[in-house]
Amino acid sequence: MKPAKFDYICAATVEDVAEVLGEHGADARVLAGGQSLMPMLSMRLSRPQVVVDITRVPHLDGMRIEDDHLFVGAVARQQSLAGVADLATRFPLLSQALPWIGHYQTRVRGTVVGSLAHADPSAELPLCLVAMNGEINLRSPRGSRRVRAEDFFKGTMLTDMADDEFIQSARFPVAKPTDRFAFREVGRRHGDFAIVAAAAVRDDTGIHVTVGGVNDVPFRRRFDGLEVHDIGDAVSELAAELDTRSDLHASAALRRQLVRSLASDTLKEVLS
Amino acid sequence: MNSDTLNSDSPRIEDGPLVTGRGRFMDDLPVSVRTAQMAVFRSSVAHARIARLNVDEARLLPGVLAVITSREVMAHTAPLAVGIRVPVECWPVAVDRVRYVGEPVAVVVAESRYIAEDAVDLIEVDYEPYEPVMSIDHALKADAAILHDKLGSNLCSDRSFCYGEPDAAFEQSDHTVSVDVLYPRNSCTPIETYGIVADYDAHTNTYEALTNFQGPFSIHTVVARALKVAGTQLRLKTPPDSGGSFGVKQAQFPYVVLACVAARVAGVPVKWIEDRVEHLTASVSATSRQTTLRAAVSSEGRVLALDWSQVEDVGAFIRAPEPATLYRMMGNMCGAYDIQNLRIRNRIVMTNRTPTGLNRGFGGPQVYYALERLMQRIAVELKLDPVDVIRTNLIRSEQFPYRTASGGLYDSGDYQLSVDEALRQGGFGELVTRRNAARREGKRYGIGTTACVEPSVSNMGYITAVLTPEERAKAGPKNGAISTATVSVDPSGSVAVHVASVPQGQGHRTVLANVVGDELGLDAAEITVVTELDTTRDGWSIASGNYSSRFAAAVCGAASIAADRLRLRLTEVAASQLNVRVDEVRLIKGAFSCADDATRAISFKRVASTGHWAPGTITGDGPPPLRETVFWTPPELAAPDADDRVNSSLCHGFIFDFCGVEVDVDTGQVTIDKYVTMHDCGRVLHQGMVDGQITGGFAHAVGAAIYEELAYAQDGSFVAGTFADYPVPTSMEIPDPVILHTCTPSPFTPLGAKGVGEGNTMSTPVCLANAVADALDVDDVQLPLSPTNILKMMNVAEPETSTPAASPGAFASRPIHGGGSVTVNATPLKIWLMLLDPQTLREIVPGCHSVDRVSGTDFVAHVRFGVGPVSGDYKVEIGLFDLDEPHSASLVGNATGALGNGSGEGRIELKPVDKTQTEIVWEYGAHAGGRVASVGSRLLNGATRIVMNRFFEALGRQAQDEGSPSGAEPGSDNEPETGLIGRALDRLLKRGDS
Repeated sequence: MKPAKFDYICAATVEDVAEVLGEHGADARVLAGGQSLMPMLSMRLSRPQVVVDITRVPHLDGMRIEDDHLFVGAVARQQSLAGVADLATRFPLLSQALPWIGHYQTRVRGTVVGSLAHADPSAELPLCLVAMNGEINLRSPRGSRRVRAEDFFKGTMLTDMADDEFIQSARFPVAKPTDRFAFREVGRRHGDFAIVAAAAVRDDTGIHVTVGGVNDVPFRRRFDGLEVHDIGDAVSELAAELDTRSDLHASAALRRQLVRSLASDTLKEVLS
Repeated sequence: MNSDTLNSDSPRIEDGPLVTGRGRFMDDLPVSVRTAQMAVFRSSVAHARIARLNVDEARLLPGVLAVITSREVMAHTAPLAVGIRVPVECWPVAVDRVRYVGEPVAVVVAESRYIAEDAVDLIEVDYEPYEPVMSIDHALKADAAILHDKLGSNLCSDRSFCYGEPDAAFEQSDHTVSVDVLYPRNSCTPIETYGIVADYDAHTNTYEALTNFQGPFSIHTVVARALKVAGTQLRLKTPPDSGGSFGVKQAQFPYVVLACVAARVAGVPVKWIEDRVEHLTASVSATSRQTTLRAAVSSEGRVLALDWSQVEDVGAFIRAPEPATLYRMMGNMCGAYDIQNLRIRNRIVMTNRTPTGLNRGFGGPQVYYALERLMQRIAVELKLDPVDVIRTNLIRSEQFPYRTASGGLYDSGDYQLSVDEALRQGGFGELVTRRNAARREGKRYGIGTTACVEPSVSNMGYITAVLTPEERAKAGPKNGAISTATVSVDPSGSVAVHVASVPQGQGHRTVLANVVGDELGLDAAEITVVTELDTTRDGWSIASGNYSSRFAAAVCGAASIAADRLRLRLTEVAASQLNVRVDEVRLIKGAFSCADDATRAISFKRVASTGHWAPGTITGDGPPPLRETVFWTPPELAAPDADDRVNSSLCHGFIFDFCGVEVDVDTGQVTIDKYVTMHDCGRVLHQGMVDGQITGGFAHAVGAAIYEELAYAQDGSFVAGTFADYPVPTSMEIPDPVILHTCTPSPFTPLGAKGVGEGNTMSTPVCLANAVADALDVDDVQLPLSPTNILKMMNVAEPETSTPAASPGAFASRPIHGGGSVTVNATPLKIWLMLLDPQTLREIVPGCHSVDRVSGTDFVAHVRFGVGPVSGDYKVEIGLFDLDEPHSASLVGNATGALGNGSGEGRIELKPVDKTQTEIVWEYGAHAGGRVASVGSRLLNGATRIVMNRFFEALGRQAQDEGSPSGAEPGSDNEPETGLIGRALDRLLKRGDS
């Protein structure tokens, strides 16, 4: 379990990172918290020619509230979310999902943006970003661009990022006081990737539920105007609509059952 | 020594280094500067003939010292011996054929592990696949593929045993109750994996191996025979610390042989540290067992006879010490119950799964899962209280020592008292109230109970029960269980203890310091304990090592005998120096003194050093009292007799467990509300250690019962290669059990102690299963009690929906499957020609290096597949058939590469939409094996979909480049994007998916 040979570049500036990616494209991988990349390197599932370490780039570790959103720099650690002022009232969904993201030890090293870039269909942070209508700021030698969360995730470990792009930051909108959020997850063990996770949101645009762990990307479904007594039918339709499959951890039938159960619980909570 | 416990609160002396990062584990120890590193090239398929193995490129890589294949291994070794006479050769590397995923095929020795793994990647192998045999049922089928041709079937042993008069009992009984259960594969997964440093001295033809092997040291003989040297020419040493084993590290002996050969061929010392994926995939597993157990029962619930039919899956080879898992419990097949009529049929089959070996519980979990499920079924079917059924059948206290039907000799116990105390102290009545209240609230709450006899200190002869009495007579008797301990004094009068046990974190040094200190009137802190073993220097025997929970009962016993002998000799010296009779000398708190005048005293150190400094002053026979080595074996461990009766273990502890669990009907999760475990393990030598063993065994059992399974796909791929996919529970999932004790000291062990290390791995899985059966009111329970299995057991219909059920598709039975469609601007014929043209394919397949047509409809391509950060190079072979130009074609494909292999089939249809547009519809089913399946099965469907989509996207783009641009299908709301697949396309694909 030793990586294949690669060149290690410790970037000093954002421009350095962009330059390396511009030159090497898909043959370069960005290293931040290393919670996904390092095991993949060690198991030789990933064999980049270049690993560009961005942890020394100044200011990339920023995490702060700016205007109407939480700004999260590329190297900000997941556990830093716990230190955001009024997280529970201003970012209720992040607050509820945080304890489900890996373990304390992995959160201390793992980065928020790293989880978004990795795009594991069962991970909590991509689900939150989609449910909260967040945004990704991509950087490349060609410049910067912003992508909405729902347009960003394209498949299992596949995103809208081009080979020469990396995520410089992500933005999670601040909740309005009247918005309601609920999060539920079922995994085999504490800290595992979700078998199914669900987040329900009720805001002034309506009601929606986002489901993780089932389709290749977080799946968002609107339930505008939903009443409590319709929840049962609504979640049954949702479960049937999703691409539920069997794997080692859960049968397709269990996934549908969990979608019904978790979507129902979260919807009830935001409608109550 | 008459108290029930001894120094029960003394702190562990092992922990200082361990909690400050100063442990001396295998990989911490210094090695010679010449030492090279070994890496293993392993089979990525379950069952195949090795058609071609090419290690030339690996050999040429700079830094590589040697590449060793079956040729070198066979030149220097003999097959690994096994205690059953069957025409099955077991080598430490695959010879001509691979029989399980992870089986070593070749090893590389290089200057560093990095280079060694680079070289492993350069090894090329072609497999001709055989049908994989992945279950016990399959192995027994008449038309199943046969793993070992010379054997003629997959059944390598079939023995039947009859004790008492079971037929008469079944005829006369009021009821027959039976269970049919399958115990799945799991492992106790030590934190530290296997590790070996091997060396070969050509001048003396001597091998030396430092390894965290755990025993039994009977395996030393197996390794020496395999290496074709005398036992004394194999020096086996163990490191000071070992990071857990639970039996598992017994099975690294094939790698010891391999590393020794590697050292010999490479001409340098060779080091190998197993990695986690290797460990989970191919180290060892507990056996899986299919059991049908029938009981003849009276209306009162009294069991009059048992009829066992057990089929054991030992994996691809029967490997030493198997079939021990199946025979370890031979003396206690009736558990804690007084049942004298017994029939047993034991069969052993081989399957394309990792070979099995020692694992905590070793045979107990499999036996008690059947026996205690049966006891629960008796209660349910006869409408009796489960606790009453247990009580009715328990052996009574006045029956001890109790001879079981199959020859076991239970040493001591008061089972009724233990059950009564457990129910009283554990609050059973309150638990029943709690269950009833929970049920009134609509919850699925159940109570489980179980009673077990925990055997310890194995009879080294029990395994010969697999042989017929005639075969045994021919081979000569095997019996006993020698434990070895040395207690010595040095010239300063300090005391040291050495034992031929190999602790893996249990705290042997603490307990031995207490036991010997207690004998010699010294503080534990004054005793130095050494537990490393060196077979050339230390006293040892075949039973040496740490397994079958033999430490407290046998090893501590031997140490106490050695200390006692030394004390008697030193007392003689003290009597002489004090000028009194021996019986007038007392040894208290570090001094020998006169019984009637405590002021007349000499220090222990002074007396103990006399033998070194003034041996001439010591009178009496024999050498001066410097060192006592004891080889102790209990006479109760006799060889199996002519009627196949065998006392398989020396000690038999008693366990009674009960628990309350709640099953969440929405999520399928099982929550352990309360767990009570009552143990009678004889005299407790150290309360903290005993409770630690119980807690650890319980934790492993919760894993086995609810979480873990060494899972394989149907095609034989191993799919649980990381701790993400082999979910060992953590402290967050494991509740604290309530631990209770009773004590009936063993009359057969020097200290009255019995083993206690494995009991809960035997009692807890079935106790939890019984509770789940009670909660769900179901007859059959399937381990592990995972949400998926729980949901299956509940068998609840899904709600009807207006969304039509997705068509399962032609390939839905494949673990990876899917399909999609896309409309492109080209005629079917044009697309057809593109699909059949190597040049076009090379241009449009992302990451494609080459495509060659090997025949009219067969292609070979070299492609780099990548999804996100994961990528690898593959050789892809595709064959087309059922060609209906230009409408449809079927294809089969195989891909092989460093990350693993895959094979699949698919179908493509080209449907003209209008004159210029064609809809391409595809469907596929596949499976994947090798590393990518072992560690990433969760993501394979999504990743495959991406690869397929990219191909057709590229095809569409290419067709479009040559024609006018085509929009997305009408009705979609997004234009296709450049670069990666557009959202519209993505949706279309999803819709086509099942």
